[in-house]
Amino acid sequence: MNAVFYLSAVVAVVATLMVITRLNAVHALLYLIVSLLSVAVIFFVLGAPFVAALEVIVYAGAIMVLFVFVIMMLNLGPQTVERERSWLLPSMWIGPTILTLILAGELIYCVLQDRTHGLMGTSVVGPKQVGITLFGPYLLGVELASMLLLAGLVGAYHLGRRDPEEKQDKGGNG
Amino acid sequence: MNEIIRSLIIVVGVLVVMLSISAGLIWLERRMLGLWQDRYGPNRAGPFGLMQVMADMIKILFKEDWIPPFADRPVFVIAPAVVVVTTLMSFAVIPFAPSIGVVNLNIGLLFFLGMAALGVYSVVLGGWSSGSKYSLLGGLRATAQMLSYEVFMGLSLMGVVILAGSFNLGDIVEAQRKMWFCIPQFIGLVIFIIAGFAETHRLPFDLPEAESELVAGYHSEYSGMKFGMFFVGEYLGITLISAMIVTLFFGGWLGPVLPPLVWFLLKTLVFVLGFILARASLPRPRYDQLMSYAWKVLLPLSLLNLVVTGGIVLAVG
Repeated sequence: MNAVFYLSAVVAVVATLMVITRLNAVHALLYLIVSLLSVAVIFFVLGAPFVAALEVIVYAGAIMVLFVFVIMMLNLGPQTVERERSWLLPSMWIGPTILTLILAGELIYCVLQDRTHGLMGTSVVGPKQVGITLFGPYLLGVELASMLLLAGLVGAYHLGRRDPEEKQDKGGNG
Repeated sequence: MNEIIRSLIIVVGVLVVMLSISAGLIWLERRMLGLWQDRYGPNRAGPFGLMQVMADMIKILFKEDWIPPFADRPVFVIAPAVVVVTTLMSFAVIPFAPSIGVVNLNIGLLFFLGMAALGVYSVVLGGWSSGSKYSLLGGLRATAQMLSYEVFMGLSLMGVVILAGSFNLGDIVEAQRKMWFCIPQFIGLVIFIIAGFAETHRLPFDLPEAESELVAGYHSEYSGMKFGMFFVGEYLGITLISAMIVTLFFGGWLGPVLPPLVWFLLKTLVFVLGFILARASLPRPRYDQLMSYAWKVLLPLSLLNLVVTGGIVLAVG
């Protein structure tokens, strides 16, 4: 199982690097999907099959489809690729690289501090346990998140709503 | 060692059987359409026209495999493979008989939903990478349609999960020993079947490839075996949805006298024929009708079904 973990970790890192360096937006998104899928495999290997399934259904299967959908609608041509190329200068890399190096340093430090807790061999957390925990101790968090989502939904509906006057105009024309 | 050989045989067996069933369905569909529309189907090549499948295969394999110069090459090549791979992956979690199944996953149902969600990319990317207006329009329609119907495809199945108390498809079949779930979950069944038609974009809901307005929709630019992959993917999808209906609502391999595998295949065949009959008899709706039907009728209905089922299970058990 260790080999599977490292393999999918390598795939995730490489795919994410490709996401950043691709000039064509759709190609970048495809690599992002690969990255999400390999993260799902990592979750599965770590004993969280429910989270792995949700990662595939929600992130790779729904959110990324909407991203691709929007980019399809924008109809980006070859000129956008050229513009991306002009934006992705080597000098742009300095700031993000320093920040990520700091994060990587912190991560390595934490992992080295906590040697005793191996990544593998943890118990498998099934859907039932996830549900019991979500609707037990974390009920308040779930309710808050659902209210936030509802607010987002109502907001999107408001923005997408057709004005009553506009509708009348359309009716008159048709 | 025996275990490994056994599972290898099952994996290869499922692959071969599913691919040959989906090829055979091409013949079956044309014959049945002929029967129901009061004409002969393909009846010349071989007995009952069975060799028609071989003729079609030879023709499609030897066709020129042309990639349009304005297409996005790598994506154009990957797109048709996605649908076949994701659909075949879904068959891994289906229990064909008590001990015949590729993997016994405790999140089996979620795995199926995840693979169905990934299958959308095939049409989306196929439509986008072709670089043609008709393909793009077909791709857009397919994305919106499949995303919308996916939402309550999952929700409609949650009633079954509540009754069985598990996401494991084997456990769900076992839970139907007393009564098939098609009776207590009738609304769930109807919603799932409608969503299944939309997911496989079969005829009443085949607006992504509506030939009367979009040439051939997302696969307008495809030819040869790449087009063939979309075609095989569609028939694999029909088989998969039928197998899922049987597993979730009609007791899977349960049944008297005959061996379990035979029961499973017979029940699946009935629903496959149902898919073909729907194609033979139903006209397509308009696109806005399709979408508003999804969000204004089916979504509230599946939520209601979920709440009522949960309430009854809480009250009784």
